[in-house]
Amino acid sequence: MDRAPLFLLYLNVLIVATCGLIYELLAGTLASYLLGDSVTQFSLVIGLYLSAMGVGAWLSKYITRQLAACFIEVELAVAMVGGFSAPLLFVAFGAIDWFRPLLFGMVFVIGTLVGLELPLLMRILKEHVDFDDLVSRVLTFDYIGALLASLMFPILLVPSLGLVRTSLVFGILNAAVGIWGSFLLRPLMTARRAGGLRGRGVLIIGLLTAGIVKADTLTRYSEEQQLSASIVYAETSPYQRILITKNRTGFQLFLNGHLQFNSTDEYRYHEALTHPPMSAVNTPKRILVLGGGDGLAVREVLKHPSVEQVSLVDLDPSMTTLADRFPPLADLSQQALSDPRVKVINSDAFVWAGQQTGEPFDVILIDFPDPSSFSVGKLYTSYFYRRIHRLLADDGRIGIQCTSPLVAPQSYWCILNTMEDAGFHVQPYHASVPTFGIWGFALASKFPLESEPILAEDLRQPLRFLNSRTMSTLFSMPNDLTRHDSEVNRLNNQALVQYYEQEWRLLE
Amino acid sequence: MNHAGIPEGRFSRRDWLLTSLAAATASRFTGCQQVVAGLTGDLLKPGMTLGHQLRDHSLEAGEAIDATNANLDSDGSVRNVEVAIVGAGIAGLSAAWQLKRSGLSSFRIFELEQVAGGTSRSGTCDVTEFPWGAHYVPLPDVSNTDLVTLFREMLAVQVTEGDRTLIAVEGVSCREPHERLFVNGEWLDDLYPRSIATESDLKEWSRFREIVSRWIDWRDAHGNRAFVIPVAHCSQDPDVLKLDQITAAAWLSEQGFSSQPLLWLVDYCCRDDYGLTIEQTSAWAMMFYFASRLKNSGDSEPALLTWSAGNGAIVQHLSSQFSEKIETSRPVIRIIPGDGRSDQQSVIHVWNPDSDSKETWTARHVIFAAPQFLTPHVLADQPTERIESVRRFQYGAWVVANLHLSKRPASAGAPLSWDNVIYRSDYLGYIVATHQVGSDFGPTVLTWYYPLCDPLPSEDRKRLLAATWEQWAEVILQDLRPVHPDLGECLSKLDVLFWGHAMIQPRPGFIWGSDRPLAAEPVGNVHFAGTDLSGLALMEEAFYHGVRAANEVMAARENSASAGAAK
Ligand SMILES: Cc1cc2nc3c(=O)[nH]c(=O)nc-3n(C[C@H](O)[C@H](O)[C@H](O)COP(=O)(O)OP(=O)(O)OC[C@H]3O[C@@H](n4cnc5c(N)ncnc54)[C@H](O)[C@@H]3O)c2cc1C
Repeated sequence: MDRAPLFLLYLNVLIVATCGLIYELLAGTLASYLLGDSVTQFSLVIGLYLSAMGVGAWLSKYITRQLAACFIEVELAVAMVGGFSAPLLFVAFGAIDWFRPLLFGMVFVIGTLVGLELPLLMRILKEHVDFDDLVSRVLTFDYIGALLASLMFPILLVPSLGLVRTSLVFGILNAAVGIWGSFLLRPLMTARRAGGLRGRGVLIIGLLTAGIVKADTLTRYSEEQQLSASIVYAETSPYQRILITKNRTGFQLFLNGHLQFNSTDEYRYHEALTHPPMSAVNTPKRILVLGGGDGLAVREVLKHPSVEQVSLVDLDPSMTTLADRFPPLADLSQQALSDPRVKVINSDAFVWAGQQTGEPFDVILIDFPDPSSFSVGKLYTSYFYRRIHRLLADDGRIGIQCTSPLVAPQSYWCILNTMEDAGFHVQPYHASVPTFGIWGFALASKFPLESEPILAEDLRQPLRFLNSRTMSTLFSMPNDLTRHDSEVNRLNNQALVQYYEQEWRLLE
Repeated sequence: MNHAGIPEGRFSRRDWLLTSLAAATASRFTGCQQVVAGLTGDLLKPGMTLGHQLRDHSLEAGEAIDATNANLDSDGSVRNVEVAIVGAGIAGLSAAWQLKRSGLSSFRIFELEQVAGGTSRSGTCDVTEFPWGAHYVPLPDVSNTDLVTLFREMLAVQVTEGDRTLIAVEGVSCREPHERLFVNGEWLDDLYPRSIATESDLKEWSRFREIVSRWIDWRDAHGNRAFVIPVAHCSQDPDVLKLDQITAAAWLSEQGFSSQPLLWLVDYCCRDDYGLTIEQTSAWAMMFYFASRLKNSGDSEPALLTWSAGNGAIVQHLSSQFSEKIETSRPVIRIIPGDGRSDQQSVIHVWNPDSDSKETWTARHVIFAAPQFLTPHVLADQPTERIESVRRFQYGAWVVANLHLSKRPASAGAPLSWDNVIYRSDYLGYIVATHQVGSDFGPTVLTWYYPLCDPLPSEDRKRLLAATWEQWAEVILQDLRPVHPDLGECLSKLDVLFWGHAMIQPRPGFIWGSDRPLAAEPVGNVHFAGTDLSGLALMEEAFYHGVRAANEVMAARENSASAGAAK
């Protein structure tokens, strides 16, 4: 071989090295995205990858014939496995239980293949180049490649291409280098072998390109899962994606990627939602809970001895039966949904509320997810509140969660203004929930309220957060939580969804 | 006409449909099942049988008008009513509504079909009601007082307490999200395909909207608007009317528009509202679509009034006020008009398919609220020039399908909306019947629309008419599968309805030509209603003509009463 192709082969080394490190960085980043705890994930991935390269290097000695062709084979294999690594892992994460074995298995395979590459190449070249020269050049290009990869990855690739596309693009590059190598090393293999390799190379490039075309769908599907804690439960119901993560202090429930509660401090939230309206009614007997399929608000409701009947309306049967499949939730909710007084109704609260004609409720608790989509936004409209108005006893009370009045004041006040538009008298109040920050609620009634409620004394269990003194402080709104003007949220404008999106986007 | 301005792929539309139909036929013969296995449904063709019978067998068959027998029923009896209304579409029902409001209750409505509603009828199933045709009306302007009265009765609109403006009632006003467009593999909100628009596309789009704004704010010497609902109140200034001389496509190219997204959108709107492409629609009608709904260009877009049943809700509201007076499955096969001056009554022959016999009615006044193209076959003694004019009324055919789903199909991007449109599809997309009741999960019905705009050689037309349910089902699924790959799993039933003469076509020259006013003139004591008299198929126009015809009848009665008193 003459010098020109030799130089080109070094370039080949450079690209191969870059690709190798990119796959390693991808795996590390992905693992810390999906599994959380980035220090652990990164050091595990790097350690495993390096040792796998060692295994590859060691295995290389068993390859004795057709070195050039084998080298190209290896490159194509790296292109295929490495190129599809990120998309495959993303998709697998939501779909399988053995994600970790898959992740580390892939890291190991890629590491081994990459480890094979340089020893093979050096053995091919040693026939043609002075050995000292060879070692120094190959290693130099190898390290330059590593430098290139580590610079490009955070600065250029992740921000502009994202993980999935980066992975696919480098797979293509890797396969292209393989094809190119089949020309450079052509003298060292048979024509048939070279043709076969090129054919497969083109096929792999085709597959990876198809992957790029579909990449958007893939990332959208997996973005919701990029949570920073380890996942202990995952389920996709027809209505939403239910995920539970766990850390040292407790567990957290996510619906469609939105945090619903953290077991360590949810009591603050649910006590604040439940006890002000429950205490404001003399003997609350018939209670309606809308949303809140986790049963935590119902748990608080059942602490009031006068309660005779609780109707819980939640869209998703997978939510209202979650405690059966995830025992820690059963403990946390004190099996509230299995209480004989509780009737669980799985239906869309919007439609359900329109169909009710029976006896009115003494207390209605509205505990929907935040209004981040139109299908939830409709549950915060004046139209819906008018339906609820009909379901409430004349001396009844409503307690409602209304997102954060500090982070999203316009959204918070939009909810209160909308309730007023529907004929309610509304008192704002708030509580501090460490996981969420300052959280907003409202107490609503059909007639004007003079004072804030006094905590009921006959509770079956002591509360952890509220006592008779703290209750009234919830109702004194500090200066940074004062009223904002807003449009009324209606079915035909869904103003709230827009406020909400604008205000929470500022935080991202 | 500038062909460069035509969206690519236009000319293949007809071929595509015919090919699809052919493919569906072939697949049936080769036994390779393409339509979802186990899928069932009906193919309905309202009016076809009776309509054709009417055309072939009534007057033209030369049945002699026997003066002595004309007044006799098959069983020899004659029934009498003050006003006979022919057709229980929006026009006929509105006429009845207006008569009733004016204190006249001796009327009958004869309807050919088994149900009232005409092209605004609706259907119902366990899950929801759904439209079979018309599905919305934009919030009317306050000046349209009769229509506002009707919508206030229906609790669809209300007047605000403070500034007394007219607003749509929440729950009837179309719920957000209104519409979305499938373009380049995902759904985006809004109908304008912003994601693929280049800088110059956007420039054309805003220039187009500026022109529309100018027309909205335009007033003639008398202060009349260029485009306003009803058409009868539009300015007749030559500057506006000259738009009616050319096609929308010609106008667009005259104005230098060539942006594909813009041309697509305008073409879509014309097909959606008129069942015509931009090459067929009058430029006046096209501008009417964009400019008639706003009084001032600064106003925000008017709310859309819509119901699960579509405009079937209006039909139900109207019919419920006089249901005992609506005679369904009673096609009128002949009207012999009274002269309108003396007290001579009109004679109306009504077919009774149950007893396979003819009933005879007499009426002091008739309101003919069925489409004009039927009058040459039904109405005796009309001037020949009227018949010639009416023969120039052209109607387009539509196919409407209701897809019953057990769950919502998955989709990428913007969420399922009320109106769901596929960029560059030959068809119009679908609306979601359960949208208005606020249910976002579970079973629903999608109503899919398709106007047959292409001029079809009669051979092809015959083939279309002869197309089977399987063929239509395949055409519909071919349209929707690419945007909802899981549609097959969700679909439980698919009903297809073929409307033969569904919509009057506002082709150049028709709206402001002489045929329309001529056809609206009473013949003796027969008065005419029907949206086709406006040249545009719209609820507001059908309503306008119904009320107008009722008012004509009331005025004629007053005249004859005062004439009687003078004697
Ligand atoms: C697919 C489709 C979608 C549409 N969507 C909309 C929309 O969204 N909004 C809108 O405003 N408009 C829409 N339209 C236009 C719609 O046609 C008008 O809104 C309106 O319903 C027309 O009413 P009409 O009474 O004038 O005519 P028709 O609806 O045609 O009513 C005529 C009636 O007369 C009956 N009839 C005919 N012959 C006889 C006879 N010999 N004896 C007795 N009865 C007879 C017919 O059966 C029918 O019931 C749509 C039309 C179609 C076809």
